[in-house]
Amino acid sequence: MKAPRFAYTRVTTVADAVSLLRQHGDDARLLAGGQTLLATLNMRLSEPVVLVDITGIEALHGVAVQDGFLRIGALTRHVDIERSELVAQRLPLLTQAVPFLAHAAIRNRGTFGGSVAFADPAAEWPACALAADGELILSNGTNERRVMAGDFFIDLYQTDLHPDELIIAVEFPLPGRQRRFAFTELARRHGDYAIVGIAVAGDISGGVMGDLRIVFLGVGNTPMRALGAETALNGKRGDPAVLAAAIASLSEDIAPSDDLYTSAAAKSHLAGVLLQRAVKSLLHEGETP
Amino acid sequence: MTDKVLTRITVNGVLHERWVEPRQHLVDYLRDELGLKGTRSGCEHGVCGACTVRIDGDIVRGCLTLAVQADGARVETIEGVSDSGEIADLQHAFLESNALQCGFCTPGMLLTADALLKSEPAASREQIREHMSGNYCRCTGYHAIVDAVESTRETRRLAGCGGDRHE
Repeated sequence: MKAPRFAYTRVTTVADAVSLLRQHGDDARLLAGGQTLLATLNMRLSEPVVLVDITGIEALHGVAVQDGFLRIGALTRHVDIERSELVAQRLPLLTQAVPFLAHAAIRNRGTFGGSVAFADPAAEWPACALAADGELILSNGTNERRVMAGDFFIDLYQTDLHPDELIIAVEFPLPGRQRRFAFTELARRHGDYAIVGIAVAGDISGGVMGDLRIVFLGVGNTPMRALGAETALNGKRGDPAVLAAAIASLSEDIAPSDDLYTSAAAKSHLAGVLLQRAVKSLLHEGETP
Repeated sequence: MTDKVLTRITVNGVLHERWVEPRQHLVDYLRDELGLKGTRSGCEHGVCGACTVRIDGDIVRGCLTLAVQADGARVETIEGVSDSGEIADLQHAFLESNALQCGFCTPGMLLTADALLKSEPAASREQIREHMSGNYCRCTGYHAIVDAVESTRETRRLAGCGGDRHE
């Protein structure tokens, strides 16, 4: 379908965007890459009065290393992350995840901040933000505050972002030399939303895993951190009994629901399969999960 | 504020100034305002890929892009790349491989395939399948399309012109 009527305006500063958000309240929507927003408008799932195009805010673009963090500007496109040498060297989790993210034509426009703000529980970036201890930088035009990804995703499409705030960037602490990452997911068609996906970070020393972050996508109302599985695997090697215990603990960690194609039981099973693959990849660096 | 917005968009090398409704998709702008009917409007929510065009060299979904967002940009459509001969080899390969039947998806397929062959000149068959998975064809069953892309990859490799990225 065609989108409903709306007004369109461009801003070049965070302050101007915030001022429009305050003026229009719930009737205003921020437009970045638009790869989710425009689809929902076309399906008439939402009818905003005004779209505020923020892509002209220069300060929100780009990837940089500063003060011990890898900083991904909110308006950085998926394709910019895909092609970034800096990201590949400093936070390869994102490089591993990006091929799963929709298709090239979508990755050429969709943005990192847009995906995190929308907080789809089946999306890749929210799960990666959680697994790599990302901190969100939020601004209301005058004040900035930092929120850990673990505190940001509250419930289905609900985040800690205030109605008059923008995500400025996500900052990731630069991983130490022992930190390794794995990302994989299962989808019916390559590039579709995942049935189940997993993002894992962990220190590997002498074949032993430590300080793990195990995060699933598509199996709950938010990206789901699997604390039980982390506990089962921390300080261990990936032998079969340990893996079996970790998989068993997933029943406490995740809460998948049935959808049109896949039952909750099948998703739980697949989560275990992915956990096994991700741990194997983590322990044998370079192996594709 | 729902008023029309003045946009200046360079389409296939020609600058067009038009007042457009903010809600108008780029694909409808191209088809209805400019009469360029090669770009197809299919699912209108970003799934089928029939509306694929280039903005500033990158392929995008014409139904997930507003015309006003293309203000100041350089847009290329199937008409532009056909007339320039830029993808003549790919078009020929589609014909040779029977990679089109009704032709509805073909403009999107061609632009999508060309983007891969330019960024990954040595793309494997598997990479081709993954890359093309965002474009629906309801006639061919895809194998012939993948064949055509693969054969163009070989043609370009032999011609030694496959290494330049357009992005």
